[in-house]
Amino acid sequence: MSTLHTVNKSPFERNSLASCLGHCTAGDAVLLIEDGVVGARKGGSAAASLAKALAACKVYALAGDLAARGLRKDDLVEGVEPVDYAGFVDLAANHARTLSWL
Amino acid sequence: MAGDAKKFLYVNRKAPHGTIYALESLEVVLIGAAFEQKVALAFLDDGVFQLVKGQNTKEIGVKNFANTYRALGDYDVRELYVEAESLAERGLSAADLLEITHENDAGEDVSSLRIVDRAQMAKIMSGQDVILSF
Repeated sequence: MSTLHTVNKSPFERNSLASCLGHCTAGDAVLLIEDGVVGARKGGSAAASLAKALAACKVYALAGDLAARGLRKDDLVEGVEPVDYAGFVDLAANHARTLSWL
Repeated sequence: MAGDAKKFLYVNRKAPHGTIYALESLEVVLIGAAFEQKVALAFLDDGVFQLVKGQNTKEIGVKNFANTYRALGDYDVRELYVEAESLAERGLSAADLLEITHENDAGEDVSSLRIVDRAQMAKIMSGQDVILSF
């Protein structure tokens, strides 16, 4: 069964997102939280790798963290879905394991 | 009881000494192993630096816990997966790593280090019940 990957660091500061995407397998989900959400902005240097990952995996970003950083849904790489805290809980419950990329 | 043991993977992605992550991970691993869970360790990204031989922390005044990895075999921790790409990106090879062994079922000392590529590492991660990240 699939894995929920969480990424809480900006891709401009650390390689957490790149490493995460390098270890995702088809059907996994990636949830960007905290500073991790800044990588989801379209036009950013992480956008291409996220778009590529979206072919095999789902990518989500925590809505509260997006809002706190002035990011709206329209600002995100196409296919990245905002989720609220309840959505975060559902994701955790619907995957066999969670892997945190710190 | 053994049938109920869960598969735990400890993922190590930070270099030692600069932060507390590596030492904390090692301590949690030893605790987990004492509870008779199936424990494996993964070393990727800067985590591979934890296993480099010849570490000497004398001048920076912190505990050198590198040799503790060599005791893992005594706790039945026999699987230490090291990512080949992470080693190569940092100019390291298997020859730069600590010698870490365990006694196999035939009573022979064999290496606990398993160099795997990124795709194999992803597969190992997918096969776990619980993953703890450091």
